[in-house]
Amino acid sequence: MRVHAKRAVALAAGLLSPAVVMADWTMNMAPGVTGTSNQIFSLHMTILWICVAIGVVVFGVMFWSIFAHRKSQGAKPANFHENTVVEILWTIIPLAILVAMAVPATATLVEMYDTSESEVDIKVTGYQWRWRYEYINDDFGYFSSLSTPREQIENRQAKGENYLLEVDNPLVIPVGKKVRFLLTANDVIHSWWVPEFGVKKDAIPGFINETWTRVDEPGIYRGQCTELCGKDHGFMPVVVEAVPEEEYNAWVAEQRAAAEAERQLTEKDWTLEELMERGEKAYASACASCHQPDGTGMPPAFPALKGSQIATEDMAAHIDIVVNGKSGTAMQAFGGQLSEVDLAAVITYERNAWGNNTGEMVTPKEIFDYKNQE
Amino acid sequence: MSAVADTHSQEHHHGPAKGISRWLLTTNHKDIGSMYLIFSFAMFLLGGSMAMVIRAELFQPGLQIVQPEFFNQMTTMHGLIMVFGAVMPAFVGLANWMLPLMIGAPDMALPRMNNWSFWLLPCAFLILVSTLFMEGGAPNFGWTFYAPLSTTYGPPSTTFFIFAIHIMGVSSIMGAINVIATILNMRAPGMKMMKMPLFVWTWLITAFLLIAVMPVLAGAVTMMLMDINFGTSFFDASGGGDPVLFQHVFWFFGHPEVYIMILPAFGAISHIVPAFSRKPLFGYASMVYAVGAIALLSFLVWAHHMFTVGIPLAGQLFFMYATLLIAVPTGVKVFNWVTTMFRGSLSFEAPMLFAVAFIILFTIGGFSGLMLAIAPADFQYHDTYFVVAHFHYVLVPGAIFGIFASAYFWLPKWTGHMYDETLAKTHFWLSFIGMNLAFFPMHFLGLAGMPRRIPDYALQFSDFNMVSSIGAFMFGVTQLLFLFIVVKCVRGGEKAAAKPWDGAEGLEWTVPSPAPYHTFSTPPEVK
Repeated sequence: MRVHAKRAVALAAGLLSPAVVMADWTMNMAPGVTGTSNQIFSLHMTILWICVAIGVVVFGVMFWSIFAHRKSQGAKPANFHENTVVEILWTIIPLAILVAMAVPATATLVEMYDTSESEVDIKVTGYQWRWRYEYINDDFGYFSSLSTPREQIENRQAKGENYLLEVDNPLVIPVGKKVRFLLTANDVIHSWWVPEFGVKKDAIPGFINETWTRVDEPGIYRGQCTELCGKDHGFMPVVVEAVPEEEYNAWVAEQRAAAEAERQLTEKDWTLEELMERGEKAYASACASCHQPDGTGMPPAFPALKGSQIATEDMAAHIDIVVNGKSGTAMQAFGGQLSEVDLAAVITYERNAWGNNTGEMVTPKEIFDYKNQE
Repeated sequence: MSAVADTHSQEHHHGPAKGISRWLLTTNHKDIGSMYLIFSFAMFLLGGSMAMVIRAELFQPGLQIVQPEFFNQMTTMHGLIMVFGAVMPAFVGLANWMLPLMIGAPDMALPRMNNWSFWLLPCAFLILVSTLFMEGGAPNFGWTFYAPLSTTYGPPSTTFFIFAIHIMGVSSIMGAINVIATILNMRAPGMKMMKMPLFVWTWLITAFLLIAVMPVLAGAVTMMLMDINFGTSFFDASGGGDPVLFQHVFWFFGHPEVYIMILPAFGAISHIVPAFSRKPLFGYASMVYAVGAIALLSFLVWAHHMFTVGIPLAGQLFFMYATLLIAVPTGVKVFNWVTTMFRGSLSFEAPMLFAVAFIILFTIGGFSGLMLAIAPADFQYHDTYFVVAHFHYVLVPGAIFGIFASAYFWLPKWTGHMYDETLAKTHFWLSFIGMNLAFFPMHFLGLAGMPRRIPDYALQFSDFNMVSSIGAFMFGVTQLLFLFIVVKCVRGGEKAAAKPWDGAEGLEWTVPSPAPYHTFSTPPEVK
């Protein structure tokens, strides 16, 4: 008996082990950490209870009939088939309940739409398949991409705690301040959602949407893209770090300094090795999702770079396509997304990696000049 | 499926043609109805297989079975095939079989157009399904095909998808014209409008909705075609257009479309519940007015699918109020069905089991719809599994159970045989349990933060996804039992009376079972 029990436990543990560590039967929305999210939670619970109450009454009557009015138990059918008073009542009463719901819902919506008097403004741009955050009043910005390793997605490695909800560079905002988001997109429609803020807004190419939040508690908050945007729609999470105001100000100062330094890097003299090192990182972040880490791509939509003409022969065409993209295809214009340093690095990397070995390099200054001659 | 010779006429009456010509060239509403139903069930199994692929991938976190690109093709094609290939043709099949019988007419008003309406569908779906084998794959942008994902970034097969939609649209519009012409012109003497059976009323109104909105869908896909192939910029901001225009046009079609997919079920349930309660439908007039109100209101609510797009506050409020309003006539219908059952003399054969489940589970779908209508709350629900739960509750135990209920209710009339009641009840219970296991957890997943249309998910969503997948597999396999039951019933079974259900009312129960190939060559008198 004991042997069987042990074996049963071992079997159960083996079967359940991936699940049991993260077992989660969450059934409801969280109230969240902003005024808006709490108001929404409250509206949600109210309408839910109203529906439960109506359901209990209606299904109660039905179940009673199923129990008490069966032919097999000898029930004889009544003959009534209309009653105007009752029809009017059960039209008016639900109408009244809905009007009652509409009042607080209207108030919350009005507040959600009021983006005035913000204290921080951040431009959020949706790309296939990552977010770009630009602190427009502070002259810096960066991309925020999924950082979960491919090995975990492909089941070759155990999944981490924040599987699919972790990024390389989270958005950082101050607690207690009204933060306004300006949203747009580079390619297709995306949507930026942080459940605990109660904030969701579509990011539409060619248009600017606005929304705002004021976070009450410091913490790390995770959300996802919520508009189908292509193959990696499920792989472009939103991670926001809400920090106390002082910490935020210090971080902003650091970022501004780094951005300034980056701008100056364009001037410096780079070696091939330095560009390759930088290029490998930039390639992984900006190019690998389509052209693959090994450069073999996914033809016909995403051509191979390894052994390709464009990466081994025509340098001018290579620069052109990276900076300006190729219209009518999914190849974006990276000239507006990457710094001159990263552009130079990525092109240099592509021309030398995976056995391409041209020995050629492009400097940030050359890219800067190229962009400005157009 | 139906008898060959007409028993009471002395005129020259050949039976139906023999062989494949019978089916290719038939103008008989019973034959055409049967073809629609068989086609729709085949599409249901095809769309269902795609759902099985989706749920297999979502069984556990990680990518195990398919790549994201193919997953997106599965979700897209599953939606398109179920909406346009399974649900809509099934209701047209029921309309073809039952409308002439219910109004005492010999056939539909335009029998040759009827034939063409059907045969367009296999052509359209051949084109649509063939896109799976084209370079770049099938449409992968969701059944709602928003621009610019579907225009600038769509695969080469998108143009074929557009052709398929156009062809289906023509089929629907012609079918709708036929329904209206039949109902308005061919009712037996004495059948005033307010004496028409509810299934006839709901189909009359559905037909008007179809004529109003299918051309709008055609407009949307034509603008897409122009943007993709002819250099226009309807939906491209860089050319002066607007992606949100696509959504407005699509949903102006899309919202009435979902009522097109449910009103015929409302009608059928309004026949089945009184029959098995042995009591007349409660509130006939209210039921008719409610359907009319729902249909009218359905044109005024489309942007509730777009609450997060950034439309102005005034628009947002208008659409919230209009959407809340539409709950009222829908609620009235539910109350009336329950009151029909109350103090009736109930029995629970398969049609009634599906009808009762319809009332309960469609109402649950309606509740989640009411929650979605609260615009500020919708910001948390939109594009999550909460929406997926909502529409699967109104479509699966709503439209699909309505179709199953109708099939079991009318199979004796169509085939002359009673179906196997034990097997049918088994089909019901397995479907009921499977469906609830599959879709109820999706409410929780959505509220917990899981977005739609993703092939892989964060770990906190694992448990309910596993439950959902198990339920889905159970539901899917069970539909093979339905296939068995129908085939078995067609081939034989207990002989069915003209009126196998003692509580049923209507002209359709006055003709023999199986209904003769030609019925009501002479119109009946309606008191």
